[in-house]
Amino acid sequence: MRISTLGFTLKQGIKSIFRNKIFSLATIATIGSCIFLFGLFYAVMVNFQNIVHQVESGVAVTVFFEPDLPDERIVQIGQEIGQRAEVSKVVYVSAEEAWNEFKDDYLGEYADTFGDDNPLADSANYEIYLNDVAMQEDLVEYLMTVDGISEIHKSANVANTLATANSLVSYVSLAIIFILFAVSIFLISNTVAIGISVRREEIGIMKLIGASDFVVRAPFMLEGMILGLVGAAIPLIVIYFIYNKAIGYVMQEFAVLNSILAFLPVEQIFYTLVPIALILGVGIGFLGSGLTVRRHLRV
Amino acid sequence: MILLEDVVKTYSSGSPALSGISLNIDAGEFVFIVGDSGSGKSTLIKLLLRELKPTSGRIIVNNTDVTKLRHSRIPKYRRNIGCVFQDFRLLKDRNVYENVAFAQRVISVPGREIKRNVPQVLSTVGLAEKYSSKPKELSGGEQQRVAVARAIINKPPILLADEPTGNLDPKNSWEIMKLLEKINRRGTTVLVVTHNREIVNAMQKRVITMKKGVILADEERGEYIDED
Repeated sequence: MRISTLGFTLKQGIKSIFRNKIFSLATIATIGSCIFLFGLFYAVMVNFQNIVHQVESGVAVTVFFEPDLPDERIVQIGQEIGQRAEVSKVVYVSAEEAWNEFKDDYLGEYADTFGDDNPLADSANYEIYLNDVAMQEDLVEYLMTVDGISEIHKSANVANTLATANSLVSYVSLAIIFILFAVSIFLISNTVAIGISVRREEIGIMKLIGASDFVVRAPFMLEGMILGLVGAAIPLIVIYFIYNKAIGYVMQEFAVLNSILAFLPVEQIFYTLVPIALILGVGIGFLGSGLTVRRHLRV
Repeated sequence: MILLEDVVKTYSSGSPALSGISLNIDAGEFVFIVGDSGSGKSTLIKLLLRELKPTSGRIIVNNTDVTKLRHSRIPKYRRNIGCVFQDFRLLKDRNVYENVAFAQRVISVPGREIKRNVPQVLSTVGLAEKYSSKPKELSGGEQQRVAVARAIINKPPILLADEPTGNLDPKNSWEIMKLLEKINRRGTTVLVVTHNREIVNAMQKRVITMKKGVILADEERGEYIDED
């Protein structure tokens, strides 16, 4: 294709946007709203997943050993567990460390009454941290088959709740995003349809003169893609500026939750959000205008 | 140049628009097609432009079998045919230069060629000095001359004019017909669909008279035949 044809096509597409200012603005506003909501849901989803991941990394399965189990066997068990796919980290806690931790957590100044005795003499254990809380059951099933393990402590409720909440947030977000994009495609399709009806005479002349399908269709496709691109860029700018303020507000208002609410920095979210949003914006524009052009412009 | 063999066109409503017409128009001819409403003139134009496909029969234009033309080849085929219509069909938001240049832009003619060709063709139709005027600033005759300039700028071998004088006064009608004759003398085959009895009778060209989808008469140096 000649550069002059590309220039002509681009000019026609841009002219059409300005010719139908109201509809173009309405389309940009709609796509902008959808991408804005998408950005918000995305930010919430990613942050929620991050928080869940943080909590997950703190959820551990604890295994205790049979009395008088040789140290070699304990080391061997630790190595076997560490090789499992579900496991991210295995930490050995000796009986002494367990007693010291218990004293610090629950006894305080009364600990001295025990003298040098260690009531948790048989409490050496492994704290096993998981890659994914949903895998806890598989791991426990395996641990029950290992010789030398006397007891397994797990936090089934926490694991199940976190896994369920994570899936729920993901599914709800995806459903809402899907609906928003369907609405966007419909609206952009309407805008392009109006553009086509306004330019019907011009299109008729183009066809009679012998313009190729590409030359007739390209300005409309381009119009849709430009509207999609602008509609995606504006909310990204808005989100960039309000994100930090929103996080600051939440951290200040809910200071008690600071240890749980581990928010991601805006740069980390935008690293993925910007390309996704721009591709979605242009994609919506392409799809919306493409559907309309196919329906209304049988050239 | 144009060959129709037993062409039938029946619309989906079942009404026949053309009932087996055959005709042959040689390169360089000037032909009037006359007939009252419903005679099939518009259907004939649409078939030649490949806006419609015939129900049966064969249409050959400039060595191309139009009936077998693939969809993707239609744009290139149409570049062989210039069109002029009763209502001018100019782009109202663009000036004379842009209206004419538009015909070259949409078929990807390089910019420098467009700059060279447009003034030339405007000069041919006598509108060189009005290049910057918008259509609404021109008379009906001038608007039709812009339409003719747009139709011939790509140098098509065939020019179709569908009621080109329908919206013009007698003086402007004659000027347009003289312009079409001038274009014909340069070698372009010209087909004019018209109701203008005075012009048809005065110009002494080939006249094809149609009625109810059939060719009623086809005469060299013919005359306009009354409906009755």
